[in-house]
Amino acid sequence: MNGDSKSPVHQLRRQAIGRFQETGFPTSRHEEWKFTNVSPIAKVSFEPSVQLESDALTLDQIEAHLLPTTNRIVFVNGHYSKSLSSIGRMPAGVVCGSLAAAVKNSHKSVETYLGRLVKLDETPFVSLNTAFLLDGAFLLIPDNTVVEDPIHFLFLAIGDRPSMITPRNLVVAGKNSQATIVESFGFVRAGQYLTNVVTEMFVDEGAVIEHDKLQSEHMDAFHIALMHASMSSRSTLTSNSISLGGSIVRNNISAVLGGEGIECTLNGLSLGTGSQLIDNHTTIDHAKPHCASHELYKAILDGNARGVFNGKIFVRPDAQKTDAKQTNKTLLLSDDAIMDTKPQLEIFADDVKCTHGATVGQLDAEQLFYLRSRGIGELKARDILTFAFASDVVGRVHHDALRERLEVLVHELLNRGRAVGD
Amino acid sequence: MLEIKDVHANVAGNEILNGITLTVRPGEVHAIMGPNGSGKSTLAQVLAGRDTYEVTKGSIRYNGKDLLDMDPEERAREGVFLAFQYPVEIPGVSNTYFLKSALNAIRKHRGLEEIDAVDFLQLVKEKMRLVELDDTLLNRPVNEGFSGGEKKRNEIFHMAVLEPKLAILDETDSGLDIDALRIVADGVNKLRRKDNAIIVVTHYQRLLNYIVPDFVHVLVDGRIAKSGGKELALTLEEKGYDWVKEDLERASVQA
Repeated sequence: MNGDSKSPVHQLRRQAIGRFQETGFPTSRHEEWKFTNVSPIAKVSFEPSVQLESDALTLDQIEAHLLPTTNRIVFVNGHYSKSLSSIGRMPAGVVCGSLAAAVKNSHKSVETYLGRLVKLDETPFVSLNTAFLLDGAFLLIPDNTVVEDPIHFLFLAIGDRPSMITPRNLVVAGKNSQATIVESFGFVRAGQYLTNVVTEMFVDEGAVIEHDKLQSEHMDAFHIALMHASMSSRSTLTSNSISLGGSIVRNNISAVLGGEGIECTLNGLSLGTGSQLIDNHTTIDHAKPHCASHELYKAILDGNARGVFNGKIFVRPDAQKTDAKQTNKTLLLSDDAIMDTKPQLEIFADDVKCTHGATVGQLDAEQLFYLRSRGIGELKARDILTFAFASDVVGRVHHDALRERLEVLVHELLNRGRAVGD
Repeated sequence: MLEIKDVHANVAGNEILNGITLTVRPGEVHAIMGPNGSGKSTLAQVLAGRDTYEVTKGSIRYNGKDLLDMDPEERAREGVFLAFQYPVEIPGVSNTYFLKSALNAIRKHRGLEEIDAVDFLQLVKEKMRLVELDDTLLNRPVNEGFSGGEKKRNEIFHMAVLEPKLAILDETDSGLDIDALRIVADGVNKLRRKDNAIIVVTHYQRLLNYIVPDFVHVLVDGRIAKSGGKELALTLEEKGYDWVKEDLERASVQA
């Protein structure tokens, strides 16, 4: 995204480079990275991702990554692919495409919103992302506009080089607008690459946005993601974040509830196996009164997998009548899997309802026996119960065809490496 | 069909069954009665294969096979069915999906093909009427949010679909009002056949007004203290379990 050296984006990048040079990668001495050691990432000599020839990938080759929608913006190694992208009929005024193109055209919204929510020093990975800011998805929905079909941001990695892929997404949803956005990450060829993505989302008054994220990176890859949402009065945001791939995965999801009557839902599902580490950090900031937030994060960990959940909820002095509920549930399928869970509620208002609960356990013996006593074999019974645990989150995806695809994917993943008897 | 010989079982070192001997033939209905803590539910769970109970002595043969050697799913596939005292809620698993998986596992064991969707639906509709179960409970997660009565009716509905050879009803009457009790009992009676057997475990006599047993056994301290015909249940209702206990004590003093 090289342009005029005086352009705001150029300035932002220069600051970010300086910032990252000061901090370097975080270490486990930082409270926020206590359970997640990123030194394996720091050890790799990543290289800037190379843009492929425009016809290097065909639609047939990426078919497995496509979702049942007519709207998709595709990035390969972080570079926008015009030939793979396709946008169906859109209501007037909707802008949906490459962020770099919007920057080039000096789109007013980019200058207004880019980098406004996410601070450079938020995490070193944000400065790294910004320093290498290349491209990403840009979605602008005007006021009172409904986009019916989901909009799919598809990020594909060609893993055979240790590429650093740094997508930057910007979503601006106008007043009373409505849309479903799917952000998905996959790979075409295996390898140890790094995806370091930042998404900024502005949800204006009365807007209803669902953001579904499907992360299925290669098992050797690293995935670091940060999403910030700013919500205005009476808006609704539902985030469903599903983490399946990656060797080290860190998701930071934050929402600032900056008006009254807001409804914010953050759901997450992690499936960890082998030596995967999947870390979810969420922050819900209740700044104004009469808002509700619901949070359900679940993890299924097998092998030597590790999971981390840190859920912060702030209730500011002004935020009376807040209703916040946080739940974190983990299913451990092996003795060597580990979960670290930490709810962190900081409440400065007195007339609020805030609850949180965390459970870590194995499959329920009573349920297993019940299934088996009706003739269902032990492996199949375990499979049914494990999938049921996961479907609690996947089932919250509203779009039918999308949910069904996700259910199939999750089911396949749960069965990886073993044949299921009856 | 079922031969229980001198079965002793314990849980966490506490002996709960203390030498049970019982024979059940095809076509028979046996009632197991007894005070709380006498081992009735333990017997039911041991028959279904719950591994929290350890059988330390004795044998159970079922249709010529060693029942204790079989996994719970094997027993079910061979026709053993337990209607649970406290049916478990299974969020995220629909009642129909669960039942279809169970039925197909049993069919496969018997060398039958998987039932197709249309036939299954028809079978399910037909069996639901037997216990007057509401249609909406089919697609809900198993037992989740069901009322106490709905859970018990759901158990008998499962029994109707799976057509067991040996059904054990563990306190199926507990928590049921009189109307629900009659519906459940009618359902069970319609499933009685010459070639299957039912063991009814209950604390109270009232269920036995509807499901009339051929034999009544009274369990005290983990063993059968008294056996008789259906009239024994009435005597128990009248005199209470203390009467059996006193009888036992007298017998042991005389011995």
